[in-house]
Amino acid sequence: MITEFGHFALILAFLVAIVQMVVPLVGAHKRWPAWMAVAEPAASAQFLLTAFSFAALMYAFITSDFSLRLVTLNSHSAKPMIYKISGTWGNHEGSMLLWVLIVTLFGAMAAWFGGNLPPTLRARVLAVQSAIGVAFFAFILFTSNPFLRLAVPPFDGQDLNPLLQDPGLAFHPPFLYLGYVGLSMAFSFAVGALIEGRVDAAWGRWVRPWTLAAWIFLTIGIALGSWWAYYELGWGGFWFWDPVENASFMPWLLAAALLHSAIVVEKREALKSWTILLAILAFGFSLIGTFIVRSGLLTSVHAFANDPERGVFILMIMGFFMGGALILFALRASTMEAKGVFGLVSRESALLANNLLLAVACFVVFVGTMWPLVAEMFFDRKLSVGPPFFNMAFSPFMLVLGLILPIGSAMPWKRARIMRAMRPLRYVFVLALAIGGLAYAMQSGRTLLGPIGMFLAAWVVMGTIVDLAQRTGRGSGRLGRLMRLPRADWGKMVAHAGLGITMMGVSGLMAWQQEDIRVAQFGEPYSIGRYTITLDDVVNSEGPNYLATTGFITLAQDGREIAQLRPEKRIYPVAQMPTTEAAIDYDLARDVYVVIGDRQNDGGWAVRTYIKPMTNWIWIGSGLMALGGLLSLSDRRFRVAAGARKGAVPVPAE
Amino acid sequence: MIRLALILMLLACPLWALDPSTALDDPVLEARARTIDHALRCVVCQSESVAFSNANWAEDARRTVRELITEGASDAEVLDFFVARYGEFVLMSPRASGSTWLLWAAGPAMLLLALGVGYGYLRGRSHAKAPQEAALSAEEEARLREILKD
Repeated sequence: MITEFGHFALILAFLVAIVQMVVPLVGAHKRWPAWMAVAEPAASAQFLLTAFSFAALMYAFITSDFSLRLVTLNSHSAKPMIYKISGTWGNHEGSMLLWVLIVTLFGAMAAWFGGNLPPTLRARVLAVQSAIGVAFFAFILFTSNPFLRLAVPPFDGQDLNPLLQDPGLAFHPPFLYLGYVGLSMAFSFAVGALIEGRVDAAWGRWVRPWTLAAWIFLTIGIALGSWWAYYELGWGGFWFWDPVENASFMPWLLAAALLHSAIVVEKREALKSWTILLAILAFGFSLIGTFIVRSGLLTSVHAFANDPERGVFILMIMGFFMGGALILFALRASTMEAKGVFGLVSRESALLANNLLLAVACFVVFVGTMWPLVAEMFFDRKLSVGPPFFNMAFSPFMLVLGLILPIGSAMPWKRARIMRAMRPLRYVFVLALAIGGLAYAMQSGRTLLGPIGMFLAAWVVMGTIVDLAQRTGRGSGRLGRLMRLPRADWGKMVAHAGLGITMMGVSGLMAWQQEDIRVAQFGEPYSIGRYTITLDDVVNSEGPNYLATTGFITLAQDGREIAQLRPEKRIYPVAQMPTTEAAIDYDLARDVYVVIGDRQNDGGWAVRTYIKPMTNWIWIGSGLMALGGLLSLSDRRFRVAAGARKGAVPVPAE
Repeated sequence: MIRLALILMLLACPLWALDPSTALDDPVLEARARTIDHALRCVVCQSESVAFSNANWAEDARRTVRELITEGASDAEVLDFFVARYGEFVLMSPRASGSTWLLWAAGPAMLLLALGVGYGYLRGRSHAKAPQEAALSAEEEARLREILKD
């Protein structure tokens, strides 16, 4: 019964979305306040209905209601409870329902917190947001309905893919979707402003928190996914440059660019049309990402994106929104005149350089991702584009970005001199060079990647700290002034330092990783670098819904035992699928990563060991980036803007 | 969900390459072989390099790589051997030849274009005259007065 209610609520939400798409738009055009006011309750209703529908589906998963086709295909009664809950979105239909739930959530938030927006703009933004909702409601209801029943329910389900039975599933997709879909808000604001024909500093200030929030979620989502792959896939890769990963990385790059260009709109009323275009493209890449994942166009072997009908539907959605928005952009872009005047060297131009680098980097990822398709269609060449290409073609952009970051962020608005911006940074620059040189001297191989990464990380981290310190002026009381700096300044410092730290982790890991594969005999220690590894025992055991083979391994450093590692191989009988559970000894300096393989003919076991230097800094840096975004989001000027909706004054008086 | 799809793709190769028996005794040759493993794509799983795939095909490929190296083939010759049999798809990254130079050149070309446009915009901005403060509409004037009153 609850399932039917959920199904019905979904259809109702679809209808509400259609109303919300049409009525406020007409109202804004004709200046009818009553029609415009429809948007707000409609947005709330839409969200509540979708939330109920999602809860109904989750209930079906929790109670293992195998009369639902979806539950039968993706669940099993013996599965632990957390995976029953997260299994709700561990499949195509459920994940699309989560997607549309977040679309409506953002719409409702815009209705609740958008009190300070001009009424026409708010009505238009909500209508556009609702149009996105309509498209995806239709997609769910017509091509991937999660509420379909089975005529003859089976006794038990077919279980969730074992690799997905991991806490990662509980957190990674929701965060990623909050990020993806959060960009729909920036899109709605851009299209709303285009219809309105007006983009000014206030618009820049309104759109920025939404972009920031989306970017924070995307950062967390990508980092969580990367960490999940790192410990789950059994060989410790953190990034594969796979089409589906690139699909999440491209919106992240564009959102980062948008974040910075919206600052220029807010502070200087320039780069307006570019910012609008970025907002449209950022969401466009979210849609492309959805399309790539759902259509199976690029990765024909993966299991659940095998329905061409769905792919065509998403392609139509994408064509409609991107085509419509870009045509609107072409018609209206010329009316958006820049106001701010600034020199060739200035904070504005530094932010523009940031945007160019991020956008072109995104373009490189896009071309590399789509190239196999292009090559096959136009040149009749069947080929593949893998990590070597991306590492070569993408990394230089990040290198230049890191190089100019501290200088650019030290520059003043309007007019700057590079030499003056460099002056407080010169010691830091020399120190960073020294650190890079030290890394070069200490390493055993002769790669440049590691030293360059260390230099860049030191330069970015120390440079941003110096920049923050510079803001406190001179003389006494600097500490007090430091604490009173706007949160946005702190956020900027923390996020930029996070980027530097992630760069350090990535380059350290890629440059200095050690690998060892061998047959280990019981009780015979062997050493890798400073570490000694001993296989003590291998034991078979039984988990809740799997059979496990566990290796008991002692890890020693310089003759002293530092950890007991338990790498596992599991077999999930229901899904007929094996997985590996790596054992990792975490440390800030390095991870020791151990995987156990098959029993060999001579009685030993295959053991694969990696020493992965600085790996954890990748995620610490990502966490800092997200934290910086959060600090920036809590800055007074956004809170003032949000708080104003309650007061008598309709706009913040500053 | 992104990661999920990726993981599902990897399922074509259920267990990971953990076969020490193929390794060569000479560490220098083995290191070379390992590098080549990373440059070859497993044609069974498609999303993985031969170095990490445990499909039977990948195991055979690793063995073949080592045989060829022991026979004295150069790295390029080993790659050619695979390309001749399985097509360009077997390489993790396409070679910069023929139409593929478009792929390699796309990024730099786009960067040059973007720099050109960006420079033009900046020049325009630095030479532009600061516009007069945009005149407020009557409605905005009224709102401004209201705000200032508080």
